[in-house]
Amino acid sequence: MGKTFKTIDDAVIRFAGDSGDGMQLTGGRFTETTAVVGNDLSTLPDFPAEIRAPAGSLAGVSAFQIHFSSKDIHTPGDSPDVLVAMNPAALKVHQKEIVPGGTIIINTDAFTKKNMNFAGYESSPIEDGSLDDYFTVIPIEMNKLVTAACEGLEMSRKFVGRTKNFFALGVLYYMYDRPLEATEKWLEKKFAGKDIIIEANKRAMNAGYNYADTTELFTTRFKVEKASLPKGTYRNINGNYATALGLLTASEKSKLKLFYGGYPITPASDILHTLAAWKHFGVQTFQAEDEIAGISSIIGAAFTGNLSVTATSGPGIALKGEAMGLAVMIELPMVIINVQRGGPSTGLPTKTEQADLNQALYGRNGEAPIPLIAASTPGDCFYAAYEASRIALKYMTPVVLLSDGYLANGSEPWKIPNVKDLEPIDVKFAKGSKSKDDFLPYERDNKTLSRPWAIPGTPGLEHRVGGLEKAENTGHVSYDPDNHQRMVELRQEKVNRIQDDIAKTEVYGDNNGDVLIVSWGGTYGSCRSAVETLHEDGKSVSHIHLRWISPLPKDLGEIIIMFKNVLVPEINMGQLIKLLRAEYLVDAKGLNQVTGRPISATRIIENVNQLIG
Amino acid sequence: MTQVNTPTYTKKDFESDQAVRWCPGCGDYAILAQTQKTMPTFGRKKEEFVFVSGIGCSSRFPYYMNSYGFHSIHGRAPAFATGVKVANPDLSVWVITGDGDGLSIGGNHFMHALRRNMDINILLFNNRIYGLTKGQYSPTSEVGKVTKASPFGSLDIPLNPPSLALGAQATFVARTIDRWQAHLSQMLERSYHHDGGSLIEIYQNCNIFNDGTFGDYTSADKFDNVIELKHGEPMVFAKGTKGIKLDGFTPTVIDMEKHSVDDLLIHDETNLDLAHIIANWTSHPVLPEPIGVIYSVDKPTYNSEMVAQVDSAVKQKGAGKVQDLLNAGDTWTVK
Repeated sequence: MGKTFKTIDDAVIRFAGDSGDGMQLTGGRFTETTAVVGNDLSTLPDFPAEIRAPAGSLAGVSAFQIHFSSKDIHTPGDSPDVLVAMNPAALKVHQKEIVPGGTIIINTDAFTKKNMNFAGYESSPIEDGSLDDYFTVIPIEMNKLVTAACEGLEMSRKFVGRTKNFFALGVLYYMYDRPLEATEKWLEKKFAGKDIIIEANKRAMNAGYNYADTTELFTTRFKVEKASLPKGTYRNINGNYATALGLLTASEKSKLKLFYGGYPITPASDILHTLAAWKHFGVQTFQAEDEIAGISSIIGAAFTGNLSVTATSGPGIALKGEAMGLAVMIELPMVIINVQRGGPSTGLPTKTEQADLNQALYGRNGEAPIPLIAASTPGDCFYAAYEASRIALKYMTPVVLLSDGYLANGSEPWKIPNVKDLEPIDVKFAKGSKSKDDFLPYERDNKTLSRPWAIPGTPGLEHRVGGLEKAENTGHVSYDPDNHQRMVELRQEKVNRIQDDIAKTEVYGDNNGDVLIVSWGGTYGSCRSAVETLHEDGKSVSHIHLRWISPLPKDLGEIIIMFKNVLVPEINMGQLIKLLRAEYLVDAKGLNQVTGRPISATRIIENVNQLIG
Repeated sequence: MTQVNTPTYTKKDFESDQAVRWCPGCGDYAILAQTQKTMPTFGRKKEEFVFVSGIGCSSRFPYYMNSYGFHSIHGRAPAFATGVKVANPDLSVWVITGDGDGLSIGGNHFMHALRRNMDINILLFNNRIYGLTKGQYSPTSEVGKVTKASPFGSLDIPLNPPSLALGAQATFVARTIDRWQAHLSQMLERSYHHDGGSLIEIYQNCNIFNDGTFGDYTSADKFDNVIELKHGEPMVFAKGTKGIKLDGFTPTVIDMEKHSVDDLLIHDETNLDLAHIIANWTSHPVLPEPIGVIYSVDKPTYNSEMVAQVDSAVKQKGAGKVQDLLNAGDTWTVK
């Protein structure tokens, strides 16, 4: 049809529709195909907490955004270039975020009077011209077209209608010149034995592709070339899956059985689901009766010599607090994962936030320091989980790993590591001795201050642990004032010693200048993107991203003082910033946003520009 | 479990070097002594025993046993024990708890450990009072209990632990009394040999805050007030002078001078309906307090099923290789 190809660096597209429209699935397929094509990518699923909010309601809108590029990118993109709106509510919720001049692909069949009223439109936005000044609107009668495509298949209208997301997917594959094969193969595998469903969805997808090809609606197609990522074999991965893989790999490298005890909670449950399927790796998962039993079971398994893990979200950590204190007291290794979501209380279960940092650092009675590591990207969840396990086992301590809803469900290309190349994890259990009185369960290693791990079943090392204060070395119950002082100091000192084990802080940009951005957790991508853009504009801005927050890296203080301004973007009201101000007496400025969504790179750029005026 | 070399221990081997710090005269002493005395008879290596407790007077117990021990947090001992048992099913795992620890703050874990038939032995020291916090009413205190926290009498209706355990699908439910040393030892042995979750409720006297609460069952005329359950035997008590028969579902006390043994109810510890009936005799105004094994049946345990599931997954899919899993899925290579 003589359409022109335009090569672009990157694109952001967003699929939006009703919860029942299959938007997460559609986005997932587009992502897998885009990964296989070789683009760099980053995704942001955004769905309601309700499984099925009333059909057509604003509350029930589910969306999936993907940013893909021929360059190295770090975020799912601030505003979509293309919005696919499957119903009026989806259009209403998302239209204000589309880039000016962007494209809106609309399923006009869903724009009934009832649906439009439900979404709050007084007149049809497709017909009243209200969108035309700002966007390119492409109305498509998707229901009608899939009905035609599925003619002859023995399927009810309702089921045929459900294939319209694959029609939309076909349109987008055409626009961005993506192959259909990977999705067809996936359909064949996913619906094996249900030939009619496979056929209907294939027909819908091809119909979408061909429709876009033959109609005059699209004058331009886009090409996004392969990204020049570092050499290696890649797969697309989301944060929760990467976390589970990191734990399993740590179990393999430490030669310890992996025990997971936890209670289902959004957005952490997928870690349980993933591990539960890995029984053939010897993984044991225990779905406990509540959050407290979840952590209690892993402490029991840690006492017994397993690599023990629990994962939850903020409300679950609140319940686990007392047991976490016990874990500090008895000095056993375990990984406690918080996939943060919007709070307080039940808050925003399916939205992201970074507001549990204070809870992780301070949310226990007494002086109860726990090492704290935070993952920075979906793929980094693998390394963060691995590192959390390594430090826990080496220092005989619980470690908190902070992830968040955005990392957990978002995805990116991930270079597959070679297990052999990962830092070794050597675990030595205490060995039984012949003379039974000389075992000291709280004797410490000179370097790490870790205590011996003497597991039940070992002859001669019978000993008792518990939450009452321990006497140094013997581990007997002790109420001695000086001993308590000493033990509190030792437990803190043990955490501090981890500083010797963690990587030096990397400064992205110059080692001094106008602005230093300090970030942690899932804001990594937005901060790095912002700094890259600011560098293109010649701004004197650098970026450091903290992996360990407890202990903080040794060199942090001397880096911070080299900058005129320090900016700390966080998806909370300012939690890391208070720690930095307290530790380094630095007049840092916060950039704080709590909307349940990532901070955009654009906002960070604006803030930096304001700072350096 | 078969032992190649059966170890020979004495009570002393199970005594730790820690001074026991219960109040003089506490019923816990008797339970500790009997446990230390009974353990050597199992012929099992000392290092394979793990005692897990919660918080409360009784929960200090693990400190005094020379085995692996874990004094955990209030109410959660069954959950800790679950982790221990699943992580290493070859261990013999014992939970020491009290009426406050196990039934109030820890009621949830108590119930779920039993319903899963996790092979752990729960020893519930029931003294019907909070001891360590100095004498508030507990979930097993009788209605109207006057304590510092209930100067006008408590309003709570007490729990019946055996009934609760049966309702939670427990496979072994027994009751004994701190002063009944030989009986206590028998119950420990039965629990040890039961493959599955077991509950022994132990009536334990708190001589400081609730002295004599079980006096009827330890006094000289105790046999008039208690019935010792024996599997397959007719239900007689009061030195053979009284018996229990069932009228429909209703148990009644009968005089043996006027009735023959053939009229009596026969104890069958594998009968769940009967177990529920017997459990209801607890604190009954007319019926004697049942002591002994109320219920005992064999069912697959959670821990053995977990092992079986792992084995079967390995058989079906082959032992997983981590590098293969990392490499799986849709991949592409950048050269």
